Amino acid sequence: MSLITLTINNKTIQAEEGTTIFEAAKLNNILIPHFCYLENVHQIGSCRICVVEVEGARNLMASCVTEVKENMVVHTNTTKVRKVRKVLYELILSDHPKNCLGCHRNQNCELQDLGEQIQIDGFRFEGVKSKDVVDSTSASIVRDSSKCILCRRCVTVCNEIQGVGVMNAHHRGFATFIGPSEDESLGHSICTNCGQCIVVCPVGALKEKDSTQLVWDALLDPTKTVVVQTAPAVRVALGEKFGMAPGTQVTGKMASSLRELGFDYVFDTNFAADLTILEEGSEFLKRVKDQLTTKEGSVLPMITSCSPGWIKYVEHRYSDQLEHLSSCKSPHMMLGALVKTYFAEKIQVDPKDLFVVSVMPCTAKKFEIMRPEMESNGVRDVDAVLTTRELGRMIKDAGIEFALLPDSEFDSPLGLSSGAADIFGTTGGVMEAAIRTVYELVTGRELPMDKLHVQPLVGLKQIKTADLLIEHPLESYAFLEGVTVKVAVTSGLKGASILMEEIRQGKSPYHFIEVMGCPGGCISGGGQPRPISNSVRMKRLDAIYREDEGKALRKSHENQDLMTLYQDFLGHPLGHLSHELLHTTYVKRAKN
Amino acid sequence: MITHDEICSVHSMTETEKFSMLEQVMDDYDRKESNLIQILHMGQAIFGYLSPEVQSFIANKMDIPNSKVNSVLTFYSFFSTKPKGKYTVSICLGTACYVRGGKEVVNKLKEILSIDVGETTDDKIFSLQVMRCIGACGLAPAMTINDKVYKQVNPNKLHRILGMLK
Repeated sequence: MSLITLTINNKTIQAEEGTTIFEAAKLNNILIPHFCYLENVHQIGSCRICVVEVEGARNLMASCVTEVKENMVVHTNTTKVRKVRKVLYELILSDHPKNCLGCHRNQNCELQDLGEQIQIDGFRFEGVKSKDVVDSTSASIVRDSSKCILCRRCVTVCNEIQGVGVMNAHHRGFATFIGPSEDESLGHSICTNCGQCIVVCPVGALKEKDSTQLVWDALLDPTKTVVVQTAPAVRVALGEKFGMAPGTQVTGKMASSLRELGFDYVFDTNFAADLTILEEGSEFLKRVKDQLTTKEGSVLPMITSCSPGWIKYVEHRYSDQLEHLSSCKSPHMMLGALVKTYFAEKIQVDPKDLFVVSVMPCTAKKFEIMRPEMESNGVRDVDAVLTTRELGRMIKDAGIEFALLPDSEFDSPLGLSSGAADIFGTTGGVMEAAIRTVYELVTGRELPMDKLHVQPLVGLKQIKTADLLIEHPLESYAFLEGVTVKVAVTSGLKGASILMEEIRQGKSPYHFIEVMGCPGGCISGGGQPRPISNSVRMKRLDAIYREDEGKALRKSHENQDLMTLYQDFLGHPLGHLSHELLHTTYVKRAKN
Repeated sequence: MITHDEICSVHSMTETEKFSMLEQVMDDYDRKESNLIQILHMGQAIFGYLSPEVQSFIANKMDIPNSKVNSVLTFYSFFSTKPKGKYTVSICLGTACYVRGGKEVVNKLKEILSIDVGETTDDKIFSLQVMRCIGACGLAPAMTINDKVYKQVNPNKLHRILGMLK
């Protein structure tokens, strides 16, 4: 790669060939005001805010799409540039409602930030507004077209990153709108509810369907016993809602804040993550045994089923391959089912008077709890899902000083968890947790890896693979002697489609695959605080592994409360009660 | 390859035959996303317009989302998602036609037919649409009705032209 020399604002700099003016400037501490640009995701120059003057060029150039050239002379702050930037901004505002005080993105809005940055004081252009459609048909996502500024970030994420393609631009010019096809609504489309569009939306055009009111109502209802559970990824991101650095671990403060909000029992989805490992691990071993010994029974590879966005995707796109999915419900659904049975019995409360709230990094979970399969004995497993962002809003609303809260523990008996459960929150985590347990079950020996980490499965790479040779297994697993177990991990639905195509063509070499619907896994789920960049992902990921390593208990099968649950209630993994409460079925959905 | 003559015979076809012809068209174009616009053109020629059902059929057979098909076809004013009338009246509003009074012609047509641009009369006889330059600037303002071009139209000629068709 050759180096290019150019001048930006009278400063001579060097940049690698192929770099854009915007990137070259940024590397030299010049941040050109920009708007639709999103690092590594969206660089199409649709908003034109990042224009700069290039000597010799006829027009101003969008710096996010213009590559540097030898001896280029660039000015980012001339009178012309600053004037045009303001006009462009004002034109965006001319078709925006500007009712900021009544918008959920108030003070957390990139359009507001930009206005402040380029020093706007007043709007010169007012006119007809192009659209005012609010689509609230989806269980997870609400789309308010009136606020949309047509940056197309959601289009890029939905098509290029996730490969779903439900968000697209329709019509043209002033009539342009973004969404599913004009005859569809989000709730009746192939939308997977992953919420990655919400994460990248710079304004208030996309948001989760609000459940805070539902939860407040339950908390204030004296007849309800309200139980809350929190997913592993929430504890490494919630702090960001209160100004803390990405990756700050706030597990103890989170538990305290939930008690302050009035929840009667604070449980941990992690407990059910450990449970998932026992159920899913046993299911995996059964499938492998069937295949290796009789070549019959359920098929391989088996694929994880914790991510409801992924599940809906596969039900639409690969409805002919559903038998590859593990039958396990996702962990929070398992915990919900246990609260309404095992725990209800323990505290002598009618399951109908129990209200279970899941705090999730995920918008797809809002859809998941509505699935007809997710109930036991006519009682819904989970009653409401709050995203990490919604919990943050409730804590603020309640006037709780989050940063000053003392740490506290989860409640028993559904609160104890291993480090293996913590890593469910990141890509590669479910697989590593499963390997820790399955390897030990099969061989009787601890997984021989540094700090119990399966290193090839750690990190943000789209598809990660590992081989695990089984030697000298216990007698009951003799059929595994000398077998190399091949596993793959992917996050983001585009990666999932690559692995699914292999399966469909009968070319998949794997025994076990972990899929998380969002790139990076739950740490960057559609319900997590914004902004999410790769550096934020890495900080949250590191925090997840710190959380794991900070525990003495590192393996799911060593969770004593879980063993008690099996002894007193469930019997054994894949037993009759497990089957009834913890496992589920899938449906074939239309491809379009 | 589907021929022009075959397309011309669509009036006597059943819906099933139309769908199978459209599928043949997609095969001719290798079901490639880059050929989507040509496929939509043929779809419109076969069905007269691109209903949600036809869009969905194309999307499924080409393995692309409905939303993508809809996105492409709504970008171009040539494509219609609603049934057209027996006669499609199109007024050119390219620069030459515009300055020679194309806009007044559009307004008069809206008045006569009691419909807006993009709409079809209740009796399904006339549809009204506007076009950008059709390369007939010497005939400005130009109007087409189905495939026939009318030159130097003005609001006063319209009653007579439309009357002859009805």
